Amino acid sequence: MMQVEPWLVLSFAATIFFIGLTGVFIRRNILVLLMCIELMLNAVNLTFVVFSRQLDSLAGQMSVFFIMTVAAAEAAVGLGLVIALFRTLRTVDTDQIQLLKE
Amino acid sequence: MDLNPIFFTAFASLAIAFALLVVLKKNPVASAFSLVLVFFCFAAMYAMLDAHLLAALQVLVYAGAIMVLFIFVIMLLAADVPSFDLGRSHVGLRIGSGAVSLVLLGLFVWAFRHTESFGAKGTLTAAKIESVGGNTQAISQLMFSDYLLPFELTSVLLLAGIVGAVAIAKRQNPRKEGSGS
Repeated sequence: MMQVEPWLVLSFAATIFFIGLTGVFIRRNILVLLMCIELMLNAVNLTFVVFSRQLDSLAGQMSVFFIMTVAAAEAAVGLGLVIALFRTLRTVDTDQIQLLKE
Repeated sequence: MDLNPIFFTAFASLAIAFALLVVLKKNPVASAFSLVLVFFCFAAMYAMLDAHLLAALQVLVYAGAIMVLFIFVIMLLAADVPSFDLGRSHVGLRIGSGAVSLVLLGLFVWAFRHTESFGAKGTLTAAKIESVGGNTQAISQLMFSDYLLPFELTSVLLLAGIVGAVAIAKRQNPRKEGSGS
């Protein structure tokens, strides 16, 4: 059977990462921005798992475990911030979040 | 790598398609549901790479907990009206960021393609992991020996996250109270 080369899996992860990065640049909805950050975190996780598999070491998979925890905490705090912002400004649009200008 | 090429191609193309939908869909709810499908494709990838514990955690933590949180907030804020924010961003910014991403992606793929060796090999080969009782067993043993301190610190981080999220989200509008500006 044909084998999937590691660089192909790594390239797939990089593709997802850059889709997320482009999303962070071009979107204005703060909720979608947080989703794009999650996309990037997932891409990095996949890279860790591929390297862990290639190098016969579980350190990469342990890192993914900790990244998942940090991502969960980040999503909770980030969405709490979004709620607080929405309560103050009535918008989720990053163009209208300019409290420092006022 | 002993990934099945058919399944790899299927899940990779699905994940890329849905990741593009996350970025391009106008409605945040549609973005959120596309993101769930991306997470499931990643879980399948982990399972194919023999990271069984991470595949389960991916479904539980990402597709379960984090996405519920996202959809909850979208509904709470009634922010599910389609926003035309994509069309409002500067055309130059859109083209520029797309081009920069493509160039960087090309660089990454080139680098991955031309890397001969990834580094020094460890000792936990697939056969060794099998002999200690599988991936979950091996990771658990590592987690409660070498990685015990980071594991405990993680619980402190989660506690701080819970307290912080509640404190931030519960705070009343300072303008209404008159204590702010």
